[in-house]
Amino acid sequence: MAKKRAVNVVYHLFVIAFGLLMIYPVLWMILSSFKMKSEILGNNVPFLPTKWVFQNYPDGWRGSGSLTFGTYFKNSIVVSVLGTLGTVISSAMVAYALARVNFKGRKLWFTAMIMTMLLPGQVLMIPQYIIWNRLGFVGTFVPLILPKYLGWPFFIYMMMQFIRGLPKELDEAAMIDGCNKYSIFLRIILPLLGPSIITTIVISFYWIWDDYMGPLLYLSKPALYTVSLAIKGFADTQGTNFGPMFAMSSLSLIPVFLLFLFFNRYLMDGVTAGAVKG
Amino acid sequence: MEASRKTRSAQASNGFFNNDNVVGYIFAAPFIISFLCLTMIPMGLSLYYSFCNYKIGALPDFIGVQNYLNLMKDATFVHSLLVTIQYVVIGVPLKLVFALFIAMLLTKPTKAQGFYRAVYYIPSLIGGSVAVALVWKQLFGSRGPIVSIIKTLGVKGFNFFGSTTWAFLPLVLCNAWQFGSSMLIFASGLKQIPKDYYEAAEIDGAGVVRRFFSITLPILSPIILFNLIMQLISGFMTFTQAQIITDGGPNYATNYIALNIFKEGFAFQHMGYACAQSWVMLLIMAAVTGIIFKTSSYWTFYEN
Repeated sequence: MAKKRAVNVVYHLFVIAFGLLMIYPVLWMILSSFKMKSEILGNNVPFLPTKWVFQNYPDGWRGSGSLTFGTYFKNSIVVSVLGTLGTVISSAMVAYALARVNFKGRKLWFTAMIMTMLLPGQVLMIPQYIIWNRLGFVGTFVPLILPKYLGWPFFIYMMMQFIRGLPKELDEAAMIDGCNKYSIFLRIILPLLGPSIITTIVISFYWIWDDYMGPLLYLSKPALYTVSLAIKGFADTQGTNFGPMFAMSSLSLIPVFLLFLFFNRYLMDGVTAGAVKG
Repeated sequence: MEASRKTRSAQASNGFFNNDNVVGYIFAAPFIISFLCLTMIPMGLSLYYSFCNYKIGALPDFIGVQNYLNLMKDATFVHSLLVTIQYVVIGVPLKLVFALFIAMLLTKPTKAQGFYRAVYYIPSLIGGSVAVALVWKQLFGSRGPIVSIIKTLGVKGFNFFGSTTWAFLPLVLCNAWQFGSSMLIFASGLKQIPKDYYEAAEIDGAGVVRRFFSITLPILSPIILFNLIMQLISGFMTFTQAQIITDGGPNYATNYIALNIFKEGFAFQHMGYACAQSWVMLLIMAAVTGIIFKTSSYWTFYEN
């Protein structure tokens, strides 16, 4: 019994110590955002700030140009909220079609969806840019938001797995009661899809929020910069102003952390959904 | 049965808009539009431009296979392929081993298990962000804490980002650090291994190592395959971290292929040439993935 207890203590100590090591970079960033410049980098700098400095936050918020981070956060919120909304609506529709409607060509479109899921976006970055440029949308939010309204294969697949788990008898019973395929989707599938929808909201929001390549390609005017692009710009123009830079970096992670805090169970389910059930 | 199904569908599906084919295409329309307009047309364009001299604003000028011939002689491109392969060959196995180790560490059923998993997932949650890339740049920078530790060990004048040999390491570590989703996938796989397999092996005298190699690994092999493919694809196309942390340097040591394509296309405006690079990369990835799938029957093990 005593031996088992000792093993337990050692186990927990190890997991905690290793966990601290894993989140050390995050702690270092947050602590650095409260430090004087002289304590952030160099030899023998303290782990904790000797004097907590809060000035880095207002200094960083002012940004490097004429715009403040208020603008950039507003842009990020617009892009992420509209993008997430589109992802949920369009992915649920497509998932319903592929999982529950027997239409000609369903197998073909399913295969196309899986292929798209495996195709890395970077391969398409140049031709997609050329198309958006032709349409005159480069320099607007359109290339960042509109594609999200056209289904996102990762989430389509995840929702399909979920819909396949719902009993078919529900659809059949609804049909007998006079529902058509549209009302089955709205009244039966969509409400039952709840957990899967929350997972989609959480993951797609943080993917869009963190996205760097999209904004880098399509946004050229600082007035439209998202937070990720603005922080990079700040680092480029005020390279040694580390306190304010880490202050804005820390702020930029808050929305993602909040979502994780409230919905971490859904997020974890979503990550494993494709691999294990499929 | 057949008759009742017919009456049922007759009741519900009268009219054009209730035909299953129409319903299916209406609901699948968003994906079909995006597949055609944002995947197939761009791929077709990209293939065409890869045989052209092309920059935005000018007309594409067809030059046949010249771009592909130039690629083979382009030292920067060949070098970027090689460093990408180095990144993948070192980075992906490291990440998977790490993910499996943590997953096994956290299978022990304790009250804190959920909390531990959440904490260990944090790096994956934020790892792809610009914020973390900027942190990484300073953390491993010449005046950062990691180099400070290396200095106290007696190595003088060491600098990751000034060394063509070592600059890749912080990038590989940043990728391996985001082991969270692979870890969760491994963890759910581990949960499905029946306990009595281990008990029986223990009675037969199999030690911890033997049990790991004879039970855990074979049963997990399909999941290892899944994680391997997913990580290979994202590894081949690594972009954000390399662009922010090293910008391909020093002396092209971390000039990974996605970064090279980006620079070729947007900084130098060689769009046709960049498209040719994308196609070579895609073919290499498809070949590697294909080979892994084909050979997987030799090393993956399915129950039933």
